[in-house]
Amino acid sequence: MSIDFWINVGVLAGIYGIFTLGLQLNAGFTGLLNFGQAGFMAIGAYTVGILVVDRGWSLWLALPAGIVLAVLAGLFVGIASLRLRSDHFAIATIAFAEIVRYTLQNAAFSGGNQGVLGFDAEWRAVSDWMLPWLATIGLGAYTQLPLFIVVWLAFVALLLMMKGLQATPWGRVLRGIREDEDATAALGKDVFAYKLQSLALAAALAAVAGFFVALNVTYLYPTVFDPTFTFFGYALLVLGGFASYGGVALGSVLFWTLLEGTRLIETSLSAGQQASLRFIIVGVFLLLISRLRPQGLLGNVNEMRVRP
Amino acid sequence: MTDTTQTERTEARASVLSSALAALPRPALLLAVLIVLLCALVIAFGPVRALQATVNGFVAGSYTGLGAIGLTLVLGVLKLVNFAHGDLLVTGAYFTILFAWLGLPLPLAMLTAMLATAALALATEKIIWQPLRLAKAGSLQLFLSAIGLGLVLRFTVQFFAGSQVRTLGANVVTSIAIGPLRLGTLQALALVVGISAMVIVGLVLRFTSIGKEMRAFADNRALAEVSGIDTQHIINVTWIASGFLAALSGILYATAIGSFNPNFGITLLLSLFAATVLGGIGNPYGALVGGLVIGLSQEWSTLLFNARWKPAVGFALLILMLMFMPQGIFGRAKRRS
Repeated sequence: MSIDFWINVGVLAGIYGIFTLGLQLNAGFTGLLNFGQAGFMAIGAYTVGILVVDRGWSLWLALPAGIVLAVLAGLFVGIASLRLRSDHFAIATIAFAEIVRYTLQNAAFSGGNQGVLGFDAEWRAVSDWMLPWLATIGLGAYTQLPLFIVVWLAFVALLLMMKGLQATPWGRVLRGIREDEDATAALGKDVFAYKLQSLALAAALAAVAGFFVALNVTYLYPTVFDPTFTFFGYALLVLGGFASYGGVALGSVLFWTLLEGTRLIETSLSAGQQASLRFIIVGVFLLLISRLRPQGLLGNVNEMRVRP
Repeated sequence: MTDTTQTERTEARASVLSSALAALPRPALLLAVLIVLLCALVIAFGPVRALQATVNGFVAGSYTGLGAIGLTLVLGVLKLVNFAHGDLLVTGAYFTILFAWLGLPLPLAMLTAMLATAALALATEKIIWQPLRLAKAGSLQLFLSAIGLGLVLRFTVQFFAGSQVRTLGANVVTSIAIGPLRLGTLQALALVVGISAMVIVGLVLRFTSIGKEMRAFADNRALAEVSGIDTQHIINVTWIASGFLAALSGILYATAIGSFNPNFGITLLLSLFAATVLGGIGNPYGALVGGLVIGLSQEWSTLLFNARWKPAVGFALLILMLMFMPQGIFGRAKRRS
């Protein structure tokens, strides 16, 4: 029981780690306050679910399709709103995420609040193939372990990829945009195009996270992709460290350990009250960290100089 | 030959028309657009349905407009995008339930709830916003603090009151008939209170010195400071007004809609942002007008689409405004300082 519980925490940490890599790229390295990440995640996950269930696609083909659609959504949102002031951009992205959630809740193609079910047979097959192999090293009893392994392999691979990208000239231009947009433009860089690429890549990462969310919860419904989860992403981002990909991993593990750990505390509260309490904890935590250590644990304060 | 003259003539006429339109003051133009839309709806759907939707639109417009004033003042005066503002509306509605449960008669409970919410808003200034300002917090810090505060407010309400649907406890099911139009007594009450509150707020902003100072501050902070306005005093008053009107708006919403849960604030927040952007950020009159436009558009949209898409109209207006008219309908494009 207890080990299954912590494996599940690890799965969540890995999934939201992937999700937050995108936020780190946008907010930490490009200076873009993207608050619509949950919307991109929903688009990725629902594309996979609907293509498999309604169109009979293979799960493995539906994943790249989901990524492509999320990237297209990212390009669309970016072209429409990247020219706005940073606070207007934040409001526009949050509106985008609400529109996505609202559409999924009310449209016929997404199954409304009933959601999408029965797309994970191919993943179950892979998982069942891995379990006997895990049994040979004595870990066959933990049914979520295969997902944990796959999620973390993907997370580590994507984290290294993002770290690598950040060291390229492309990554340095992004940081230039974050520090001084006008100066970067004066160097002949197309600031808009770089921002657009940053947003599209973040959307792709969100779609991958959405794919794993789908495998984890086994059925898709709109509340799984509530815009609030973007705020969770930002909470673990600032916990781990601003402008640090390693910080995303640390932040995600710490955040989910602390948050899920509260479930283990024996209380006389009702289930609803416990759920509320967890959100209150996240809220208080956001208030405290913004005040006390805005750059996070691994962040460098010089990376987030206050801009006018 | 005749073809070209025809085109030229049409073009000339079009340019005369457009320059005449541009010469009109923006409020008149807006009013004209709304009247034309209303006439179109009357023709398409008959006067009863169109006017009924219009009356509903004024109800929605009054709580949206009053809710948006606090948001726009805080944004204008403090440059703070207050993501927790929707949750102040919720706090107001649930404070009413609390005080009514404690035994106060409902109207008194509402008033106490507004005062309590105003005090809460002032407390957030002292505990959260003032220290962050003094520490010269960046925009991400401010965003995350506002989001954190919103979560704390919403889920504290949910912790104590639960997430089930509630009412304010005024179980009035009678309705008033004005000719063929029907309006629930509570909705009529919300409409009268909402419109009167809008007028009072407008007068206070226009004629009292504190109202003038607040507008001056929201419009150009540096200039206002130079002319000797007490900064911290204005900020305090802004929070008090923001909390008070947010609670009023939440209570009007609760009264007019009838049933609600602690999530209504976050759902309404985007409509409030839309009203704010529509009216021009920092412009409280604009927020009132923007709220009415949002309310009318949402209710008119129910004639065309299924009513469940109503909130989507607010989102769509918000995005269109941000894209094409970020300075608002009354605003002038500002030069960057």
